Amino acid sequence: MLEVDNLSVRYGSIAALRGISLCVDSGEIVALIGVNGAGKSTTIMTIAGVLRPAEGGIRFKGESIVGNTPEDIVRQGITLVPEGRRIFPRLTVEENLRLGAAIRSDRAQIQQDIAEMYERFPVLGERSKQLGGTLSGGEQQQLAIARGLMSRPALLMLDEPSLGLAPLLVDGIFELIAKLHETGVTILLVEQNVERTLEISDRVYLLETGRVKFDGTAEELRERVDIVGSYLGGPA
Amino acid sequence: MDIAIGLLQFLINALSLGGLYALMALGLALVYSILRLVNFAYGELVMVGGYALLVVGQATGIPWLIVAGVAVLLAVAASLLLERIAFRPVRHAHSNTMLITSFAVSTLLQNAALLLISPRTKAVRIPSFFTENVSVGELLIAKSNIVALVVSFAMLGILTLFLRRTILGSALRAAADDFVMTRLMGVRANLVIATAFAISGLLAGVVSLFWVGRTGSVVPAIGLMPLLVAFVALVIGGVGSLTGAVVGGYLLGFLTVALNSVLPQGMLEFRQAFVFAIVILVLLIRPQGLISLRQRAERF
Repeated sequence: MLEVDNLSVRYGSIAALRGISLCVDSGEIVALIGVNGAGKSTTIMTIAGVLRPAEGGIRFKGESIVGNTPEDIVRQGITLVPEGRRIFPRLTVEENLRLGAAIRSDRAQIQQDIAEMYERFPVLGERSKQLGGTLSGGEQQQLAIARGLMSRPALLMLDEPSLGLAPLLVDGIFELIAKLHETGVTILLVEQNVERTLEISDRVYLLETGRVKFDGTAEELRERVDIVGSYLGGPA
Repeated sequence: MDIAIGLLQFLINALSLGGLYALMALGLALVYSILRLVNFAYGELVMVGGYALLVVGQATGIPWLIVAGVAVLLAVAASLLLERIAFRPVRHAHSNTMLITSFAVSTLLQNAALLLISPRTKAVRIPSFFTENVSVGELLIAKSNIVALVVSFAMLGILTLFLRRTILGSALRAAADDFVMTRLMGVRANLVIATAFAISGLLAGVVSLFWVGRTGSVVPAIGLMPLLVAFVALVIGGVGSLTGAVVGGYLLGFLTVALNSVLPQGMLEFRQAFVFAIVILVLLIRPQGLISLRQRAERF
């Protein structure tokens, strides 16, 4: 579904990505892991159209999307839930959700989807008229994901959804992602929490200073003790 | 009984002037909240409205309401043109570039009016109600004040409905919070910005009707005062907040009308100085403005 080919992205003179290649097939959960600065966020920001690559190609459903605006890429079926949640603090929970469906015109269906979101995320239903900025971190993360789902994306990209959340909430988020996967949503997940990510992902790409250091299934990664050691802190 | 009359008189005058100031401030605030740009060419949109009233009004036989409508439409068109030609090309440049561009456009437009029409104050045909009063019991009210009050309330009401009940309106508010994120919802950047400029032009156009109505004349620098008022209202209301801009506008209106009646005769010409002295006081006590804001998301 998504093919990234030899992507290079620069911030001024600093090379953030040096030839990243990856792919995501329909129905998979693929994860990008790596430490801060490895290039994970840069990769999905580039796929989303927020950043422009210096070199390389990105194909979605067979069509090249390099150079497309973020607005177009959302309409083509890729939705990004960015790092830091970035819900609209001065809009209510419901207004945030409605905006998530901005590209859609089927009003009745949108209304139904919102009701569904409230079922899936009860706390959002409770706070539907509250301003987004008054929600807690965990609640905002749920809102950000629900908002992302409102556009009915073919590919959902999640940038560090567990960042800054208490351990109990982190469990909840990963359970949520796993459940989403079960309903058939294709997911590209960026995470620093390696342990939990390996549990739910089909395949994993390990990024290091802008390059893919390893790619394969979660089991294959676990067997590579040389890599696993530095990311999981010693033998299990 | 006298006090009640006086109070009512004060309220009507303050609400009508405050309403106009609020509309003016809102137009500036809309563009600022999304682009973080103080559009210094905003006053010239009032100028465009004023000169449209002059030129179109010279053609006899056209009812004033139509002339007014044309003036407002031209202000909207001018605002959209401004965005398209002057601001869009430099949208991704340094913020100072946009600021200087707005100054340049302001100077350009003023001098265009100066050269193409006249540097002198020109009298404009205005309908009679601008100079008429109406008496309700012991109350003597200027008709234009009532009209200004009603119109400003109506426009604020319509705008509030637009911002709160439509997707585009929500998108404008969202863009003020986080512009990049709004684009990631699929809402087109150009549409959001053009809408903000269009509404800004609409507000300036409506204000121009009343501004010209006050003096019955127009001059190239006519936009200066409205711009100053809008800017000050924006700052005391809390920069970046639309509600703040409206509150700031009404506050300035109330202050101005209050000082008008309270100041002794000899000091009346210093009324502006008193208004701005109070503004300084407000900012000393509360520098972030009356309606303070949450931190805006600042990424990518």
